[in-house]
Amino acid sequence: MNLMEHLPALIIAIPLFAAFLTPIIDRFSKKGRDAFVFIFMALTLILVVLLAKDVFDSKVPITYVMGASDPHQTIPTQSAVPIRIILEIDAMSIFMVIISILISFIGLIYSFSHIKEGGGKFYTLFLLMLVGMIGMELTGDLFNLFVFLEILSISSAALIAFEIKRETSFEAAIKYIVISSIAALFVLFAVGLFYGEYNLLNIAAIANAMKFTRIDKIALILLFSAFVMKAGTAPMHMWLPDAYGEAPGAVSMVLIATTQASLYALLRVCFTLYNESLPIIMPATLILLGLASIFIGVTMALVQNDIKRLIAYAAVAEVGYIVLAIGVGLYGFLKSGEIEGYGIKALQGGIFHIFNDVLDVGLMFLVAGGVIYMTKERNMNKLGGLAHSMKYSSILFLIGLAAVAGLPPLNGFASKLMIYESIYKVSPILSIVAILASILMLSIFVKIFQSIFTGPKVIEANEVPKCMLAGMIVIAGLIIFFGLFPEMIVKNLVEPAVNALLNYGEYISAVTGV
Amino acid sequence: MNEERMSVIVQTIASILFPIILIFSFYIIMHGHLTPGGGFQGGAVGASAVALLIVAFGARYVENKMREENLSAFESVGGLVFVIVSILGIFVATTFLTNFLVGEPLFGIIPKWGVSPLNSGGVLPILNIAVGMKVIGGLASVVLMLAIASKEGEK
Repeated sequence: MNLMEHLPALIIAIPLFAAFLTPIIDRFSKKGRDAFVFIFMALTLILVVLLAKDVFDSKVPITYVMGASDPHQTIPTQSAVPIRIILEIDAMSIFMVIISILISFIGLIYSFSHIKEGGGKFYTLFLLMLVGMIGMELTGDLFNLFVFLEILSISSAALIAFEIKRETSFEAAIKYIVISSIAALFVLFAVGLFYGEYNLLNIAAIANAMKFTRIDKIALILLFSAFVMKAGTAPMHMWLPDAYGEAPGAVSMVLIATTQASLYALLRVCFTLYNESLPIIMPATLILLGLASIFIGVTMALVQNDIKRLIAYAAVAEVGYIVLAIGVGLYGFLKSGEIEGYGIKALQGGIFHIFNDVLDVGLMFLVAGGVIYMTKERNMNKLGGLAHSMKYSSILFLIGLAAVAGLPPLNGFASKLMIYESIYKVSPILSIVAILASILMLSIFVKIFQSIFTGPKVIEANEVPKCMLAGMIVIAGLIIFFGLFPEMIVKNLVEPAVNALLNYGEYISAVTGV
Repeated sequence: MNEERMSVIVQTIASILFPIILIFSFYIIMHGHLTPGGGFQGGAVGASAVALLIVAFGARYVENKMREENLSAFESVGGLVFVIVSILGIFVATTFLTNFLVGEPLFGIIPKWGVSPLNSGGVLPILNIAVGMKVIGGLASVVLMLAIASKEGEK
């Protein structure tokens, strides 16, 4: 028996196991519970690193068939089509899984300092949220995508309402669960349409059988709108500032990673499920949604007084950059011969920006969470002069704001430059809007920095606890590292991911053998 | 406390019905691999027994007897059984979630079309029991908490 073969299943099963054991351990010892969650999260992180090594070494996507006599036998001997639950991991999925587990791990360390009451429930939900994210990214089965989307939605909604004493957090959670249920039902309906038409649930097998009939078009609209809604792009962004703004500090950061999981599902639907039969209006829609998100996110951020809501609107704008770049990449992918020109560059920029977005905005959320925890005040007009007492936090906030605004030499600059360069080839207007929004973002964040951290002391506060500081410093370190060596990350992580997306034939043949 | 409770007739009937509903729930769970229904449906029936007690005796009384933490722990045990049985598939047989009990004396018979013995289906009955535990625990604690919260809201 070779345990390495079973890594994909174990990566989902181990956090699930830990999630169910946490409330039982919580009854006996609070310290033991924290240590237990930490150990199991670290174990999952190690397994993900091992799996990543496997995936990058092997040229074809790795498949794992649950319940089969051989983990790689995708099509059972008595059948002509894949019927079992199949996990399928290529470079793109593992890229997203690395983001999810890394961000959750840092969020966990950050949470140790301030989650005291109800910790058993908090960590259970936290682990379930991780399971939902990783499951969405590893699965090769459309129905399981829906199941993990539901796990993710319900656990995140409960975490958003975790500080239940404030009524606004409850309202945000209700809003989130309504939006999530609508999105999940869209996905379920689309899965039902596929099952009725092709008798298949496996993504690769459906892609292989895809005829692009009218039913497939309806399913495309349903899947597309569901995932765009869950990703929080502009016209459907109204749940996002509430949810991000009301969640506890670390949860806001992990919620960014959950919206990225929906973006991953969108990429999977566009590039693998429909691939070349996708109509050209889809990338055009994505570009429009991206521009709208950038514009609305930045302009709405200008008028906010609540520190976390402001950062949440900046997060909408950052998602806009990713969606814009993906739209341009998809446009190049569908117009034959143009993928080499700008498509690959745009996709690389967009996918690199997925990682950078969650680090940059995540760091801002962590610092904001620390400020709120220490001062119990979220209105920026009432805060001021915190740099006198919170030296490290203010420096970390400065790093975060420079990275979000895309200043060199930080990581936001590296990916935004790739995006500007490539979208310029489609239309210069896109680049102009993107750069202008970036400058506006810088001015907004300089304004917050000035109003919260500088000036005379108006509020008494101490430096944030050590666990919080540790989480923030790790993220700041990653931001600086990614900014100084972007080539290394692009070459080793992003390029394989983009190639995996573009070579959809390999993803399909790994399951169907065609 | 007292105004939460319903009349003695309702309380007596509820106490008589409670075990019967639980037995019916267990029947649906155990026959999950042979007849319509299964862990989730049986668990929902079992949680309805708790809901009946809440209606008859009041949420406070039931909470004092059952405790929400105990129901949550019961739910967690259900989840744990499911995950452990799934992972055992790797160690005992070939892959995650393998039906490793086929051919064994316990639950080893493969069910056929028509009438089959209860002692069949491999790990499926165990997984059904796990899901049933999870649904009884989860749904009952949700109903209990909702009942308590709505009583507090009225005051």
